[in-house]
Amino acid sequence: MNTARDIGDVLLKVEDISLSFGGVQALRDVTFEVRAREVLGIIGPNGAGKSSMLNVINGFYHPDEGRITYKGTTRTAMRPHEAARQGIARTFQNIALFKGMSTLDNIMTGRNTMMHRNFLWQALYLGPARTEELEHRGAVERIIDFLEIEAIRKTPVGRLPYGLQKRVELGRALAAEPELLLLDEPMAGMNLEEKEDMCRFILDVNDEFGTTIALIEHDMAVVMDICDRVVVLDYGRKIADGSPDQVRADQGVVDAYLGVSHG
Amino acid sequence: MLYREAGQFKTSYAKDQAVFPIIQDRWFIALVLVVAYGVVPLVANEYWLQAVLIPFLIFALAAIGLNLLTGYAGQLSLGTGAFMAVGAYATYKITTVFPEINILVVFVMSGFVAAGVGIVFGLPSLRIKGFYLAVATLAAQFFILWLFNKVGWFYNDNPSGTITAPPRTVFGIMVAGPRATAEVRYFISLTFLVIFALLAKNLVRGRIGRSWMAIRDMDVAAEIIGIRPLQTKLLAFAISSFYCGVAGALYVFAYLGSAETEAFDLLQVSFPVLFMIIIGGLGSILGSILGAAFIILMPIFLTNAPALFNLPMPTDLSKHIEEIILGGLIVFLLIVEPKGFARLWQIAKEKLRRWPFPY
Repeated sequence: MNTARDIGDVLLKVEDISLSFGGVQALRDVTFEVRAREVLGIIGPNGAGKSSMLNVINGFYHPDEGRITYKGTTRTAMRPHEAARQGIARTFQNIALFKGMSTLDNIMTGRNTMMHRNFLWQALYLGPARTEELEHRGAVERIIDFLEIEAIRKTPVGRLPYGLQKRVELGRALAAEPELLLLDEPMAGMNLEEKEDMCRFILDVNDEFGTTIALIEHDMAVVMDICDRVVVLDYGRKIADGSPDQVRADQGVVDAYLGVSHG
Repeated sequence: MLYREAGQFKTSYAKDQAVFPIIQDRWFIALVLVVAYGVVPLVANEYWLQAVLIPFLIFALAAIGLNLLTGYAGQLSLGTGAFMAVGAYATYKITTVFPEINILVVFVMSGFVAAGVGIVFGLPSLRIKGFYLAVATLAAQFFILWLFNKVGWFYNDNPSGTITAPPRTVFGIMVAGPRATAEVRYFISLTFLVIFALLAKNLVRGRIGRSWMAIRDMDVAAEIIGIRPLQTKLLAFAISSFYCGVAGALYVFAYLGSAETEAFDLLQVSFPVLFMIIIGGLGSILGSILGAAFIILMPIFLTNAPALFNLPMPTDLSKHIEEIILGGLIVFLLIVEPKGFARLWQIAKEKLRRWPFPY
């Protein structure tokens, strides 16, 4: 566990979030907070509402009830692109890269919100538009360097193996220089070596850029290892919240994962 | 082989992002331009310019326009003919009301009119996708042509119902109307194509092109990284319609001379332009031009083929054979390489780069 960094104030707070799809109650009165510069794990059995929670945070779902306070501003509903502009980036459980584009272009797309030249300048590709493009190319190259994917920068991502696609997706999220990074199962389907690489990248991102990270993961060893705090969801309810050691010892969590004897 | 990039080191991002990063490409394109501007007008006769090259250049421009929308932004459109008609009728109205404005400027102004119309008909794209959107753009096709037929104002209540290119000069040279020479009209069409192809290339390699492709490849993810779907799609419709509008203006003023709405018919224009970009390669500027060349040049070649090989046959028979062969060729090409000429060219380049080694 990583305790050396100074964890700051509350960056994001979700309060009493409820969300339902027709008759299915995905989230019920979930309340927790994410503090600046921490690595927060969100765990729970399948269907517990973890991904729904991330979708609520970045504006993709609008909760039926509850408040979200991000950087001191409270909001109920916003569009995903507004969340992106405020510094929330995410990756997906099933990779959501732009398959027809190269690694470089995919990561460049992550910087879209920071590029402002209008289409007339871009059509001419002169002056400000060109300067802007090259400036952002430089920033993207630093991310490519950081993630050690130099060799595939011109390869269409559709041709890359799964592990590298996950890495490119992380790169695209990082390109937006987010304050809060949401990772939905960043290590799903990876072998041990790839998992270790990914853990290293996540910790490095947290350490070097001071990015706050909230991640969903099923590999308990990983979660207990890299997270500062863990929130446990089960059937849409929060059943525990605390340091990895506290959560591991919590009877409710053990019951949710292993089942309770009703005998 | 001469075509290789070994030894061509790029030392800056600017060089890496150039349109033609390899020196052989730059020489090749320079050669093409020299031939197109310097050699072709000297060699080609009136028939070649008027019946082959001018329509090829104009349709290539329209194909680039549709490719920006369909190939890059992923919005299927069957309204190309309508947007071209808007360009043509807008040019006619503007130049008859204000004859003193330079006709070349009027072409560009008409492009903006077409862009406005394109935005209106692009609005449904926020809610509907794919084939359903194609049907919605079909509405544009039928409605706009009906409107231009029905309301006399658009063709100045001309009793024949047609719009005719009036004589217009630029710097003393006749560029439109019955007395404009084929050479001049060829130069104008070529210049419009060269300039707008370059502008399109610049758009698609920058932020806007990336937003379009992001929306095309995965719209949910695009929105989550901060791309606004409505603005991005409408910009694609606007710019695409602008290209089609300018192409439509040239279609009447540099090629047909006079036209009615029939000339912008679904089967005459919208579908062929769609075939051009499918055969040429979706998401490729070069592919648009190659596809236009194929669709325009192949029928002309097939028409003249019986005479070339001394096979006398009645015209109706040769016309039918021509259509069969053309259809067969399209099917063959799509099976061999569904991604079109642009992909074939890319494969060829990769092979040449490694030659003589297989990999």
